This record gives sequence, C-alpha cells and structure tokens, in this order.
Amino acid sequence: MKIAIASGKGGTGKTFISTNLFNVLQKKINISLVDCDAEEPNDREFFTGGVLHHTHIVTQKIPVIKKEKCTYCGKCEKYCNYNAFFFLKEMKMIKVLDELCHGCGACSVACEYGAISEKDDVLGYVNRYTFDTNSALIEARVKVGVYSPVNVIKAAIKETDGFDLVLFDAPPGTACPFIQTVAKADYVVLVTEPTPFGLSDLKQSVDTLKSMNKSYGVIINRAGLGNNDIYDYIEQENIPLLMSVPFDKKIAAIYSNGELLTNLYTDWAAKFNQLYHIIEENYGNSNN
Amino acid sequence: MEIAIISGKGGTGKSSISAAFATLQNEIVLADCDVDAANLYLLFNPVCDEEYMFISGQKTVINQDKCTACGLCIEYCRFDAIIEKENKVCVVETLCDGCLLCSRVCPYEAIDIVDEDKSRMYAGYFQNGRMVYGRLAPGEENSGKLVNKVREKAKQIAKESGIKNIIIDGPPGIGCSVISTITGVDAVVVVTEPTLSGLHDLKRTLEVTAGFKLQTSVIINKFDINTEIASKIEDYCNQNSIKVMGKLPFDPLIVEAMVNCKSITDYAPDSKISNLIRKTYSKIIAV
Repeated sequence: MKIAIASGKGGTGKTFISTNLFNVLQKKINISLVDCDAEEPNDREFFTGGVLHHTHIVTQKIPVIKKEKCTYCGKCEKYCNYNAFFFLKEMKMIKVLDELCHGCGACSVACEYGAISEKDDVLGYVNRYTFDTNSALIEARVKVGVYSPVNVIKAAIKETDGFDLVLFDAPPGTACPFIQTVAKADYVVLVTEPTPFGLSDLKQSVDTLKSMNKSYGVIINRAGLGNNDIYDYIEQENIPLLMSVPFDKKIAAIYSNGELLTNLYTDWAAKFNQLYHIIEENYGNSNN
Repeated sequence: MEIAIISGKGGTGKSSISAAFATLQNEIVLADCDVDAANLYLLFNPVCDEEYMFISGQKTVINQDKCTACGLCIEYCRFDAIIEKENKVCVVETLCDGCLLCSRVCPYEAIDIVDEDKSRMYAGYFQNGRMVYGRLAPGEENSGKLVNKVREKAKQIAKESGIKNIIIDGPPGIGCSVISTITGVDAVVVVTEPTLSGLHDLKRTLEVTAGFKLQTSVIINKFDINTEIASKIEDYCNQNSIKVMGKLPFDPLIVEAMVNCKSITDYAPDSKISNLIRKTYSKIIAV
C-alpha cells in the first residue's frame, strides 16, 4: 500500500505526520518513507541515524546545437513547446535555454540536418538512507536553481519497489509536483489546520483528489487555533477525520529541534499506530 | 519599489506578514504570486473588475477514429505518458508533459491538442489600494509563467496609477514559481521559523537569491518557539552578511486576525506584535 501525506497549504504538518508515522511503523513493517518535497526536503533532519546507502543522480537530456551543421531553419524552435530556444533567424543566432528545457526530444526529431545532439544535465539527486530495521528513507532533492522538481520526484518514487508499505511526504500545493506524488498513492492523507487559509487550500486539494478518484481522509493539526469552519466542511463532505493534533507549544518545540514526538511520548506512539489502522480501515471501506 | 516575500518552507507566516505590510499604507499594489494556493483574497475580499484566462499549457488526446494503434507515439514519448490498453492507445493525463511531440510524429493526424485553460488571473481593488492575484487550476503547469503575468499586471497598475510600492506574496519552495517571483525585484524578504526544517530551507532559499544577486533580508517568525535555533539562524545570516530585519514572537492574535478576515495590524493595531511588524517594515523600505 502507498499512502501520500499531502496538503494544499504549506507548513500544516505534512513532515511532522510523515516522520512520526514512519517512526512507529518501521519497527514492525517493511516500510519506506519517500520525501517528495524535492525543493525543500526535510525528513532527513529527523532521522540522522540513517546511513546513506547510495545516491542516484537524476539527469535530463538537453539539446546541444552543432553550429557547423545548423542551417538556421528554425524548425527546432517551432517544435519546442517550452520556449527553450532563443532564435534570431536574420542574425543566425540560436541558443538553448537549458533551464526551460523539459528534455522531451522534440527538437531532435525536428532537426533534419543532424545538428542536434544531446547531453545529460543534472536535475537533482535521490538519496537512499537505510536503517537497521531494513526500512529506508528515500529523499528527492532537486539541485538549487532547477525549475521543476517533477523528474526528481518521479525518480524517487520509482525506487520504492519491494516495500510492503510506502509513505510519500508530498510537496505543498496542487500543481504538478503534488499530482505526480498523489497519482502513485492508493490513499491520501490531507493534513490541514483550522484556519481560513487552511480550509481554502483543503477544499482545493479535495477537489483535485475527487477528480483523480482517490480515497482520502483528513488530519487536523494545531486543533484549537482558529475556528470550527473546517469541521463543518469535512462533516458536510463526509470526509473521515483520521486524527486531530492539538496546538501545543511543546509539540512545536519538539518538532523544531528535529525530534520525534513518538520517541518521547508513548501515548503519541500509540496514537500514530492507531492512525495507521484507521487509514487501513478507511482504505478498505472505500474500495468495497 | 517591488518587495517580494518568500519563505522556502511553507507555513512560516509569509501571507500573514504580507497582509500586514500591505495594510500599513494606503497606496499599495498587492500581488499574490502563490498561484498554487492563493489566500490573500480571502482576507481582503477584493472587488475584481478584470479577469483573464491563462493558458498554462497543452495536453494531447488521441482521436480513436483516426488512430491505427501503430504505437509510434508510444516510442517517441519520453514521459511514458502514452500507453496501450485493450488494443487502444491512450494518453495518461497525469504523466503528459504537453510537449506535443506525439502529435507531430503521428502519421495519421490522430492526436488532438487541447489547451489547458482553467487557470485565471484577477485584478481589482481592496481597502488599501489595488490587488492582483493568480489561481492556477489544480494539476496545471507553468506556475512561473502565471507569476510573471501577475507581476507584469501589478507593475502596469502601479505605473498607471502612480503607486510607488508593490508587495508580492510569494509561493513556498525554490522552483520555477519562486524564481519568477524574485527575478528583478528590488528587495526579497525571506520569512523563516526557528525549526531545523526552517533553517535547512532558509539556506537553500538564500542560495537561490544569492544566485540572482538580489538584496535579501530575513524575518524570523515565531522566534520564541525555539530561541536556540533562532540564534543559529541569526548567526548564519550574520556570517553571510544578510540582515535580520525582525524577530517576531509567536502570537495567537495572528490566527485570530486571520479568522476575522483582517491583517494583524488592522485587527490589533496597538498590540506588541503589530508594533514589531511596523518597525520591521520601516526597516525594509528604508534600505
């Protein structure tokens, strides 16, 4: 089973939930946690005991123009749907804007003069950390300055074969990085907070998941802050409330130090174990 | 002056701080560039008299009447977005990147191109001036391009109506939409929080702003959640010659203000936190 922990709004506690859930489950299940927030991966901060097993460099093909063969016909520029060519016909000037290229290969197909070859460009890294329990933390980490994390996320998700349970710590938002992550999940846990911003972003995530036919539930973090509108919304939409975490400065302080609540408090460890059972149950129900 | 407020890590308080800055003066253009999860319109309820469609990209659809299932498109697609299912070729929408190569190589013209046209940009008025914001439809791409549109519109409005300052509420992360948000602005303010995650993300964000040689400063929000990490952040900034413009304590009033659809400086103008925010803002615009 693959579970994505996601949220529309940033900073609602995706990483807090993912790391603690992974922490309690790794003692009994063959599990991996994938940090899909490739722009700002943080899960590693909570598991410094993991040993770096290997790093896989994620690359993409980028066109290289051979000036001596180029006739400046402009067909490559026409084929490129990402505006990745800077082309001035009269001045015989053509340049590839590497950061805009998506590596689709259309320009190579377009060129009739064999003037385009390709080189590998580094997009980021997939780091695999292993633990004594045989579980793994797989981290997608985009190189600073790269425009889109999507390929690095995809590469990280591909490395999860062979685990009984996979958790995806998803990137924020509902754009392509989010879609790429939840598309591979069997169940999505949406972490939100009871504020107007949290509610608005939750609605947008729910609409997206509905259109993708995903089953999902909600965790309300920092309960007690804000207002009750979010509870009304999930009741009205019939969305299961999987867990509620009260706002507590003590919990915030534990998180801020890179520590795990479930290592410090047995009652919280029990609650996260329970969370997994609730998810399993909900997933089972939604597939019946 | 164009000031961009970003954060790297989400949920550090970018939008609450942007909202406060935007309501400290009467003539402002506020641009919400968090096009993935635009929120400021919820607070300010702007009256928008302009709405623009934003074509975020294209997707392809196989015309089954013309398709012979030759499989050439499957061979060419580098995103593994075309599959054969029960002798029919179809596009997996979530994997399609919109490069259109399949439609170009198809010998039977069996692949149609469909515009992704659900994203929007709005412009209008709010209590303290003008407001522009974008809303990227779920799953759509090119958030950076929509951010550019929002910024262009904000600049145009500022010029036409003689407004001096533009406040940009940026998206989280360090990807294309963030790069579009900060390229060419006069000042970048990074809002961070004293957590290990916050510090890690701040370092990556500062790497990006340094790459663009932008004038960058930092606000440490909720600094009292962990004063030890807050001082680590300060040390890090000092070592890298980045000014810490303000240290704001955690204050439930900020959430209360949001629930009441107000910026903190409007909701509790005389509170300690509002005073600190006003001081921070005057430091930022004085540079």
